[in-house]
Amino acid sequence: MYRIIKREEMAEGTIVLNEIEAPQIAKKAKPGQFVILIANENGERIPLTMADVDKEKGTITIIYMIVGKSTELFASLKVGEGYAHIVGPLGSPTHIENFGTVVCVGGGTGTAVLHPIARGMKEAGNEVISIVGSRTKDYLILEDKMSKISNELHICTDDGTKGRHGFVTDELREILESKKVDLVVAIGPVPMMKFVSLLTKEYSVPTMVSLNPIMVDGTGMCGGCRVTVGGEIKFACVDGPEFDGHQVDFDNLMQRLTAYKHEEEHSKECMLNKKV
Amino acid sequence: MNSSVADMTKKERRAIPRQDMNERDAKERAKCFDEVTLGYSLQEAQFEAARCIQCKDPACIKGCPVGIDIPGFLDCIVQGDLHGSINKLWERTALPAVCGRVCPQEMQCEAECVVGLKEGREPVAIGNLEMFIADWARENGVKNEVVIPPATGKKVAVVGSGPAGITVAGDLALKGHDVTVFEAFHRAGGVLLYGIPEFRLAKDIVDYEIEGLKELGVKIEYDSVVGRTVDVDELLEEMGYDAVFIGVGAGLPNFLGIPGEELNGVFSANEYLTRSNLMKAFDFPKFDTPIIPGTNVAILGAGNVAMDAARTALRLGAKSVKIVYRRTKEESPSRQIELHHAGEEGVEFEFLTSPLEFVGTDGKLSGIRCERMELGEPDESGRRRPIPVKDSSFVLDCDLAIIAIGTQANPLLTNVTKGLELNQWGNIKADEKSGKTTKEKVWAGGDITLGQATVILAMGTGRDAANSIDAYLNGESW
Ligand SMILES: Cc1cc2nc3c(=O)[nH]c(=O)nc-3n(C[C@H](O)[C@H](O)[C@H](O)COP(=O)(O)OP(=O)(O)OC[C@H]3O[C@@H](n4cnc5c(N)ncnc54)[C@H](O)[C@@H]3O)c2cc1C
Ligand code: FES
Repeated sequence: MYRIIKREEMAEGTIVLNEIEAPQIAKKAKPGQFVILIANENGERIPLTMADVDKEKGTITIIYMIVGKSTELFASLKVGEGYAHIVGPLGSPTHIENFGTVVCVGGGTGTAVLHPIARGMKEAGNEVISIVGSRTKDYLILEDKMSKISNELHICTDDGTKGRHGFVTDELREILESKKVDLVVAIGPVPMMKFVSLLTKEYSVPTMVSLNPIMVDGTGMCGGCRVTVGGEIKFACVDGPEFDGHQVDFDNLMQRLTAYKHEEEHSKECMLNKKV
Repeated sequence: MNSSVADMTKKERRAIPRQDMNERDAKERAKCFDEVTLGYSLQEAQFEAARCIQCKDPACIKGCPVGIDIPGFLDCIVQGDLHGSINKLWERTALPAVCGRVCPQEMQCEAECVVGLKEGREPVAIGNLEMFIADWARENGVKNEVVIPPATGKKVAVVGSGPAGITVAGDLALKGHDVTVFEAFHRAGGVLLYGIPEFRLAKDIVDYEIEGLKELGVKIEYDSVVGRTVDVDELLEEMGYDAVFIGVGAGLPNFLGIPGEELNGVFSANEYLTRSNLMKAFDFPKFDTPIIPGTNVAILGAGNVAMDAARTALRLGAKSVKIVYRRTKEESPSRQIELHHAGEEGVEFEFLTSPLEFVGTDGKLSGIRCERMELGEPDESGRRRPIPVKDSSFVLDCDLAIIAIGTQANPLLTNVTKGLELNQWGNIKADEKSGKTTKEKVWAGGDITLGQATVILAMGTGRDAANSIDAYLNGESW
């Protein structure tokens, strides 16, 4: 069992943080890599990109939104309890170097994944400008942490309850208009990554996105995670999860993410009914 | 025990027909995941074993990749000495219950059987008898009572828990070495677990064999992807292992490379079977992993894996399952018994048919545009080459398509391990006799060296590597 040593709720309990003992994974993990977690022996294999790693303590941190049966199960685990299985670190690490000016755009729980990458970029000597978006003020996460490692932090909310009243792309466009940007890193909901990539294409600024398709093994063995990049099939678990945003077929990714929509709803219903 | 069979004359023995394997009724079994084969009764087994004429120079043994003393284990059955029989099997194989079920005996031991070479006669059912004895031992709690020598203090890491890895781990534990298996998945068994379906090989049997391995002192580290969680050099240099065996299988699925492959409803056989077998999606929502239960299903390819996928789809409730293959039944790489079982259960065949494109609406598969083929001149493989029939394209309606056209070596481990040479297909180069790779202290075997092979061949390479590792640990130079 992989024991949870810290548990926090964010965004009015819709997002959960777990710090978990996994020394071997912590030893090897690099920013941008993910793990696959299984709550119990009947559980499903769920991939999550690590939000933080403490090599000394031998822990990894994940931050996830409660969306279906499996994340409900994850959220029900208390400190001292744990996951039956965690495997990792998987995927290729982020390519970090001194590019110059990097704009890091995060949406939803994507901000959690973005944070270690933005920190890495900063440590590599980049000027880091961060844009963090959410639906409303209460759903913003990691504002402090992002602020610490960014030269500038811009907040956008869809309802205007904090920061700019609008989308992250509005903020990004202003920045792209006003200064030379060498790289954009965008991590969040698929539509957000899609529109950021469309925008940066106009300005010919290289853009990196981190994809989250449905996975099984995470080692290149099933092809379930395949995504279309530059017209070619890639396996996100080994070739990614990060790809050139200008090459990714986001519409296909969105469709593939709905493959088990009915089954997922059914599964969650069964679980909730049992609770009642 | 029954001695009447042992007392039969040669002539009486010759008159015994091959005993049919008892099987679950095709209609009944196409709806459930229970094992198809039900085994022999003791009497059937003794009759069948009595058909063996105990050749002086048995050809069947040469046909067996691990050299089981076949006449020996059969004679014990005839004599009613089942303990003797299982011990004869255990001398050469750690997995008789598995091999009895999934080995292609018709191409190996049974192909060489002298009884079967005579006109009008069928070979002795060696595979069925191996299954009989192994099941008898398991059901009666009979264990391999070997004395393990004192610990040697040497540490061996085995990467992968498929048949190759299991064989190496078992053999070396029996020699007193300290063996740890590193397995990427959360359960052990490799393809035996995630590939071959329950109805052909019950997972209880695989679990039982793994338990047996643990009883020998073998440790298993699950959730350990070597090349990611831990590296080969780390095992050797930091973690104190004296030898490493790589048996990671051939786990990279081939896709067709035709348009529409990204549609929902198109699967690799690996994914489909892993969801159903390993993750138990057939028992959704009790188990959390979902699977798409197709109504009209097309399987692309006609090998064993294709048959497994087809029969799984039937059991998950498909109305129609069609095997789409560009050659004919005669060229199919599948075992005849699998084709036969699939047909019996209601799987249909579209031979001489080749897929051109997956079609769909709103990202969901609705059919495959195919064309008809005809057989032309023989190609490099000696099989007649299929060539398209002009203007023969049509759409085969289906909401689920499973691609089963083979796998390749997975580069995940080999990409990051220095000093391991690969062949042109990406398989690890290993010495044929010893399994030694080009990297010191590292051996390899199974599908990662052979390409997509069989359980028994994987076990054979594991056995050779274990012998070589043992010799090395006892002081033989690299
Ligand atoms: C659906 C299907 C049906 C088949 N039917 C038959 C049959 O009827 N008869 C027959 O003889 N053969 C059959 N085969 C072929 C046979 O199963 C294989 O040849 C055999 O299992 C190969 O054994 P192996 O030990 O080399 O590898 P595998 O059985 O593939 O095992 C490899 C193991 O290594 C693990 N692994 C992979 N990478 C890593 C890593 N980096 N770190 C740690 N662990 C890792 C895998 O998770 C797996 O558990 C079938 C294959 C399939 C897919
Ligand atoms: S998750 Fe199976 S290949 Fe990527």
